[in-house]
Amino acid sequence: MTKNRAALLCGILFGFGLTISQMNNPDKVLAFLDVTGNWDASLAFVMGGALITLATLQHFILKRPQPIYDTEFHLPKTNNPIDKRLILGAIIFGIGWGLVGFCPGAVLAAFGDGKIEPFVFTLALGAGMMLFGKLHNKN
Amino acid sequence: MQNFTPYSAFLGGSLIGLSAALLLYFNGRVAGISGMVAGAFDFKNSENHWRLYFLGGLILAAVIFNLFVPHAPATYSRSTLLLIISGILVGYGTRLGNGCTSGHAVCGMARLSIRSITATITFMSVAILTVFITRHLLRISL
Repeated sequence: MTKNRAALLCGILFGFGLTISQMNNPDKVLAFLDVTGNWDASLAFVMGGALITLATLQHFILKRPQPIYDTEFHLPKTNNPIDKRLILGAIIFGIGWGLVGFCPGAVLAAFGDGKIEPFVFTLALGAGMMLFGKLHNKN
Repeated sequence: MQNFTPYSAFLGGSLIGLSAALLLYFNGRVAGISGMVAGAFDFKNSENHWRLYFLGGLILAAVIFNLFVPHAPATYSRSTLLLIISGILVGYGTRLGNGCTSGHAVCGMARLSIRSITATITFMSVAILTVFITRHLLRISL
């Protein structure tokens, strides 16, 4: 196996995770976010399952000197300071997420439905990222 | 809570956690989807190709699931304009805040990153507020 094949395998698992849990269905996500309406707590169970599994496995993985196909673990520092950028970014993402119910992973897993809406959203997502690149990467 | 599906949610979530753990184990990388999408189109550096493989695998799994597993279809009642506005906000916001639901709410929170916990609480609260305003105050049927 190579780095790319490992990534492919992980992507497949991630895609099945999103579809089995129906997180690629924006109705399901919005029903979680609608706490004063007909609330659907499923998304909390998705996060719970993901956090328990990942936290348990990474406890052992991070004891290894390095990953299988790389010389180091590429992890953001957990004690980096909280800045305005982080908060503002999370607020903007939160508004967008609440309007439609798609996040970047979920929308890609919605491609399987063969509908036009996930493609439209993804093009706009790419445009938003490019806009960020234009405004913030001035070098 | 008539549509509450705790078992499939927990199973699906566990697969997402397993995927993130294996990506860390093999490639030493964090399974943050917004970062992968942003970095996937850097073709010059072959070190970045793994991102395209991951995203391709994700879509492949979704296509296979859709073909073989019966499930409730999404309604997609949102207007094209709203999809575009939302997409731009999600794209811009996740780059500015360095992550989305996968990077912050799963990978970062699993490592007890203060930044990720802060980001997750913030975007969850704002998204809940957004749904409250649009559905219950403005009564827009999105």
